[in-house]
Amino acid sequence: MSEKFKEFPGTPLSSRDIKSGKVLTFKWRPNAKYAWTVGIAYGRFLEELKNGRIIGRKCRECSRVLVPPRMFCEQCFRPTDEWVFVKNTGRINTFSLSYLDADARRIKTPIPVAVIDLDGASPGIGILHKLGNVDPKRIHIGMRVRAVWKPAKQREGSITDIKYWEPI
Amino acid sequence: MVKKRVAVIGAGITLFRRRLQETGKELSHYAVEMALDSAEMTRDDIESVVMGTAPDAFDGIHMKAENLLDGAGGARKPYTRVFVGGGTGVFAPIGGWWHVASGLFDTCLVVAEEKMSPCYPHPQTAFRTIWDPIITRPLEPNLVWIFALEMQRYMQIHNIPKEHIAAIAVKNKGNALDHPSAQLAAKITVQDVLDSEVMVWPVQRLDISPPSDGAAAMILASEDVARKYTDDPVWLDGVGWSLDSAYWTNRDLYFPEYVATAARMAYKMAKIHNPRKEISLAEPYDPFDYKEAHHTEGLLLADKGGAPKLTVEGQTFRDGDQPICPSGGLLGVGNPIAAAGLMKCCECFWQLRNEAGKRQVPKAETAVAQAWGDLMQIGTVTVFRR
Repeated sequence: MSEKFKEFPGTPLSSRDIKSGKVLTFKWRPNAKYAWTVGIAYGRFLEELKNGRIIGRKCRECSRVLVPPRMFCEQCFRPTDEWVFVKNTGRINTFSLSYLDADARRIKTPIPVAVIDLDGASPGIGILHKLGNVDPKRIHIGMRVRAVWKPAKQREGSITDIKYWEPI
Repeated sequence: MVKKRVAVIGAGITLFRRRLQETGKELSHYAVEMALDSAEMTRDDIESVVMGTAPDAFDGIHMKAENLLDGAGGARKPYTRVFVGGGTGVFAPIGGWWHVASGLFDTCLVVAEEKMSPCYPHPQTAFRTIWDPIITRPLEPNLVWIFALEMQRYMQIHNIPKEHIAAIAVKNKGNALDHPSAQLAAKITVQDVLDSEVMVWPVQRLDISPPSDGAAAMILASEDVARKYTDDPVWLDGVGWSLDSAYWTNRDLYFPEYVATAARMAYKMAKIHNPRKEISLAEPYDPFDYKEAHHTEGLLLADKGGAPKLTVEGQTFRDGDQPICPSGGLLGVGNPIAAAGLMKCCECFWQLRNEAGKRQVPKAETAVAQAWGDLMQIGTVTVFRR
């Protein structure tokens, strides 16, 4: 703020001012619904998750094996060339312990989450997922982990077909 | 390529608060009036308007720039919205710069508005819709996850203690005590930060900026027109921006390469060869304390991993060798997303005009402002000079 200004506009309110009706509010709740097609690359990726396998796409130009897979290489900007299975093991690239749920409500037992660099994919190629069956204090960057799958009959072609990743 | 040198000749800003009674239009109007008054202009003097405002989901008004138009002074004028998530506030003056530097307009009013309070009980719910719907949303992530993951990676790669990161929150909340618009100005200690509630480890309550309502505005003019209004213009001499891949789990998060790309573009344009020596003060984007350090490195103002120590040693204080966030930043002044980024540009303007009062950095000649956003993808950079 410039020292030339002497007044600073805006009328602060507390949440109580709203709840008590001190100021008028108008409420509305959207009811929009969506159904996304999963596309070509994610389609195969999810199909293979249902089979208990992780698949990526390889670009022969830069030799990278990409997970999540895409039908184009964003660096070489050309179509990717082939499907490559990667392993269901990997190494923690970075991790966190979340005491907030998806709506920012407090939760008592933290959710351990991580970016996991996958064995068989190119260095630094990782996916976001949850950790499980692990002492939060022991989680560290570089920790070896493996995917724990839902039973075959319960899999539906979703990233959550992997329940979580546990230490090896 | 650049047809006209671009000057900043006026700026204004509202209070930043968790909730303001005014609508987004009314807040925009406040900020614009202040900016026009400070430049001794009226709306008739404005040839074009650029609106920067971030996710529609917070206001709950789809295509909200159109809703804001009348309050922002844009009716019946060439009016454009720019939007790059959290990077929007610094991208808005870049958009204004295109208008003037191209020779298309002699004046451009730049407005940034955000109201996060309409989305209740917490605007975090709106962030649920930014994730890839196929492979990320089913995991029910919270937006803070990605910052915590980045912070962890940054701290571990460089072996930075949490105490050094916390010192940045202490500095910025303290600096904000001198900012009349500030929402969370406070005198706190490193221990307060370390003792605060854990949100998403290693992010704690006092590491993070708040949701806010607020607006800011800035007036740009071509050199010859600027001289008609003021003897004391500030020059917008460099702009840069860059976006990295949305596949953020395929990138190493320890260094924001996209910020460095944007900074190099802006420095080259402003003919800055040695940013550490030539830049008097910096306003890097600090929605989290570690982000200030991360972005200071991205702006090439510190070695990789070297930024937190600058604050521990006091060099980034207003009276230090490299003042960083003299405004108090998002951590102290607040974070109405787009308005927060433009607040940083306004701070550069007031600092270079020697109008920053208690916040004044001595001998301010050149200043850089930067913002960041999307899925840790965009860097937006502006270089100002007196």
